[in-house]
Amino acid sequence: MTDLTALTIAAAQDGLRRKEFTAVELADAHLAAMERARGLNAYVLETPDRARAMAKDADARLAAGNPRPLEGIPIAVKDMFCTQGIRTTACSRILEPFVPTYESTVTANLWRDGAVLLGKTNNDEFAMGSSNETSCFGPVISPWRRKGANTHLVPGGSSGGSAAAVAAFLAPGATGTDTGGSIRQPAAFTGVVGLKPTYGRCSRWGIVAFASSLDQAGPFARSVRDAALLLRSMAGHDPKDTTSAERPVPDYPAAVGRSINRMRIGIPKEYRADGMSSEIEALWEKGRQWLADAGAEMIEVSLPHTKYALPAYYIVNPAEASSNLARYDGVRYGLRTASDEVIALYERTRAAGFGQEVRRRVMIGTYALSAGYQDAYYVRAQRVRTLIKRDFEKCFAAGIDAMLTPATPSAAFAVGEKSAENPVEMYLNDLFTVPANMAGLPGIVVPAGLDRQGLPLGLQVVGRPFDEETLFSLGAVIETAAGTFAPQRWW
Amino acid sequence: MSVDAKTVRDIAHLARIAVKDDEVEDLKGELNAILDFVEQLAEVEVTGVEPMTSVTPMTMKKRTDVVTDGGDPEAILKNAPAREGDYFVVPKVVE
Repeated sequence: MTDLTALTIAAAQDGLRRKEFTAVELADAHLAAMERARGLNAYVLETPDRARAMAKDADARLAAGNPRPLEGIPIAVKDMFCTQGIRTTACSRILEPFVPTYESTVTANLWRDGAVLLGKTNNDEFAMGSSNETSCFGPVISPWRRKGANTHLVPGGSSGGSAAAVAAFLAPGATGTDTGGSIRQPAAFTGVVGLKPTYGRCSRWGIVAFASSLDQAGPFARSVRDAALLLRSMAGHDPKDTTSAERPVPDYPAAVGRSINRMRIGIPKEYRADGMSSEIEALWEKGRQWLADAGAEMIEVSLPHTKYALPAYYIVNPAEASSNLARYDGVRYGLRTASDEVIALYERTRAAGFGQEVRRRVMIGTYALSAGYQDAYYVRAQRVRTLIKRDFEKCFAAGIDAMLTPATPSAAFAVGEKSAENPVEMYLNDLFTVPANMAGLPGIVVPAGLDRQGLPLGLQVVGRPFDEETLFSLGAVIETAAGTFAPQRWW
Repeated sequence: MSVDAKTVRDIAHLARIAVKDDEVEDLKGELNAILDFVEQLAEVEVTGVEPMTSVTPMTMKKRTDVVTDGGDPEAILKNAPAREGDYFVVPKVVE
């Protein structure tokens, strides 16, 4: 029998339906791979009993001839999604003892469609980070290494565990959340496909809230088709999230392989950032060529407020985070540091429970929202955000179907390389991904090549609101031209 | 704009996070690095630009004002670090 962990979701579906293997065998193969890969620290909780029980149920349905859309497909879930009866921590000490009594809508949708939970994956604490180094469970080690070196590299973040799990064949697909690039940047760093849907496409209900006007759930997978299969199940209207869109869910997999002939692709000139590496520039050029070869038209466009997206994001994001994280008070759930005075109880609990990056963001957000500073910081940032969105709208109104950009300014860096004193150095990783969150637009990252050191690089396509289908069509063209990339196993 | 040590302590108190004396200097540096970075927003012309309130055009949804959930104190209190009967416990706040 072939190695079951090497299969894409689409191939696993075929195999299950042809009875070449069972869902229990598929789950077991992944559980065994997870055990061998514990050194990567991709999972913070393995759920073998739940996985086998769900797989057994899937096998019964497969045997009865009525499989659901993702019947028997094993999935890794980022620890930001509440899972009923299964510890959910957001990788923060403040939630270490938390066991939800409810299930997030996105994961409930996956189980409704027959998927099987393998475990919960590591992430930056409360999804605040771009390297997965702020997790209270410690960093995730990327399955990728530089050619001829054994330095530990980061998988990116915040969804570093999900990205590493998919890249290292510890799950064929995974969920992530993306507030400023937390799906797309780790996808680029680990050579997998990652998609952030349009704001409102997936319900945020039951996802640990970070920055509510920016957060979106999305899939990781090893192929564009697999990402489309996952999104079809994850997306949909949810009355429990008032920002969730009341629109039907299209048949996303049908968009994979659709012609992109005559599509108009914007190449935003402002993304040619100063000091862009020649490798990233060359990769971008290759991407333009691939899409042009498939019949699309490349058009240089201008998004004049691009350079302000990141600074505006670092006001809006901490402001919303400081408000959302006010709920961690040591009273209703989570960690509590005893005190005989209530304010001291809050202060000590939060000092003990929050890591450095979380504390920093809550404080910046508190400052940006405090009396006398709100107009200068928060309101100004929200005005700039309107301008950023308007830049995109003008391009789309002029007939642009989607934008092609690099995914990240560089390939993955080493563990410890950027987590030093100045937090802004880490923030710059999100340069190319943040604008889509600020404008609420969907973005996909597809692996597009390896750099000189043998590390994966990705290209990003940003689309019109609710036009994920075009992203899947364009992503599939890039994937076909670039091929796929997998790390050499050393773990 | 930049913050001094006193402002760092004030923000920490507003944020309800206890900060030790020997942490204030480092925090000041971190916060000022971020404030320096966002300073460039001051150069954007925003006169007459509406601040964003909703990233996708949508009207606030309303539902019928009826109870759809609740009545399950056990589920609510399951993760409470301290409880007494059906109540959360906090230190005494009134004399």
